[in-house]
Amino acid sequence: MLAAVLLFSMAGCSKPATSSTSAEKAVSPEVILASTTSTQDSGLFGVLIPAFEKAYPQYKVKVIAVGSGEALKLGQSKDADVLLVHSPAAELKFLADGYAKTRQDVMFNDFVIVGPKADPAGVKGSADTTAAMLAIQKAGKAGKATFISRGDKSGTNTKELTLWAKSGIATPTPAADTWYVSTGQGMGETAKVADEKSAYTLIDRGTWLSMAAQLPGLEIVLEKQKALLNQYGVIVIPESKNQAGGQAFADWIVSAEAQKVIGEFGVAKYGQQLFIPNAK
Amino acid sequence: MQIFVDAWSEGWAMLISGSVGVWQIVGTSILLSGTATLLALLIGLPVGYLVGAKRFLGRRAALVIFNAGMGLPPTVVGLVVAMTFSRRGPLGFMNLLYTRPVVVIAQLIIAVPVVMAITAAAVSAVPRDLTLQARSLGAGALRVGALILSEARMGLLAAVAGGFGAIISEVGAVQMVGGNLEGDTRVMTTAMVQFTRQGDYGPALALAVVLMAIVIFVNIVLTGFQTSADHWEAGAR
Repeated sequence: MLAAVLLFSMAGCSKPATSSTSAEKAVSPEVILASTTSTQDSGLFGVLIPAFEKAYPQYKVKVIAVGSGEALKLGQSKDADVLLVHSPAAELKFLADGYAKTRQDVMFNDFVIVGPKADPAGVKGSADTTAAMLAIQKAGKAGKATFISRGDKSGTNTKELTLWAKSGIATPTPAADTWYVSTGQGMGETAKVADEKSAYTLIDRGTWLSMAAQLPGLEIVLEKQKALLNQYGVIVIPESKNQAGGQAFADWIVSAEAQKVIGEFGVAKYGQQLFIPNAK
Repeated sequence: MQIFVDAWSEGWAMLISGSVGVWQIVGTSILLSGTATLLALLIGLPVGYLVGAKRFLGRRAALVIFNAGMGLPPTVVGLVVAMTFSRRGPLGFMNLLYTRPVVVIAQLIIAVPVVMAITAAAVSAVPRDLTLQARSLGAGALRVGALILSEARMGLLAAVAGGFGAIISEVGAVQMVGGNLEGDTRVMTTAMVQFTRQGDYGPALALAVVLMAIVIFVNIVLTGFQTSADHWEAGAR
């Protein structure tokens, strides 16, 4: 409420200035995109945003990189114009609760489980995520392994909790499980803690590839599992400060042009696609 | 204003119900910052006393360094401590990054110059005539030292408050070296950053109120000491 008042008063202050200086531009240039730390940390926005601003020179995108949970809250309070998040279940609930009308698939990437090179829990060679999570829990209880959780209600954190649940393990907590550590921070910081503590963590492939050089103690112990896929969706926030700008971004990111940018991102640098475009 | 009303009713409920999470974070903050302040006093009081009371070559340079140290940006301390204790750093073999001891070390580095500078200022404010007179009456070095410290006690209390205040409210360094680990290195300031980032304004506001209460309480105690000492001094004269 207070934020809305502030935004409103700011808009009120800036309007006369813009209309007097550039009369031809009625549109507000700033588009607030709330998205995840994973998309920011992987470097995707570094190519995606300039490409959008080239296609729509009237807009300037301001990215707020937070967890998916917080991004949805920013949408709910209309502090963001458009969301690019990866928590499909929470996104559908967001629509059902009436905070937005449409959600479109944009792309997917995948998570990997990384851990210390010595792999004390023996996760390597696990048939699926269920076997991997059970192995980590068992080694953790024996005092041989640690798992670092984001613990910040982000899409990655939500995914991790789903993996424990699917393995029939009650959600671990730092209070009850000494082997389970919760950082409450972004992907980069959490991966850094895992490296320093020789621990396991769940990380999206993009952030892993861009940070692997800084995480010398870690390597992938499980990957390419169906349960590790991660779908991103774009949601336009109705009646936000710059709904038109948000709509323009959403329309553009599912266009053939943007989908091509997404598909090519990372290929030159890492020799593999980080995000697979799948807009319909 | 509804956002404040909602957050406060949620935060207040957490505080009075003794919600383990919130009070545990408060306890961690007091424990870590209190330990760091005690250690800072052990180092800062003697050094600050020597620099404030004695005349020696390089004294001016020492004072400049202390005063510059008071303005040492905590994030710089955090960065250097994090690199030092990182696995690849010179003290990486100790495996201390993201643990409580390293948080105390970083807070100690931030608090020590504050304690030193305030102590030195308080001690040098004690009139030189007083110590000369004491000496002429046959007081030994220890007696003179005790007299100076007793005369400078208001300044020393300010040193305690200054040191504790500098670190209990600090967020950058403690985030960088502690990692905000739940139930371990999560303190009031880093938890407030996290809760705000997640839009959980209730617990964030609850912690804000406790932090404000601690800061105000520390200052009330110190002011109380000061006024009662003034009173005592006035009566004695």
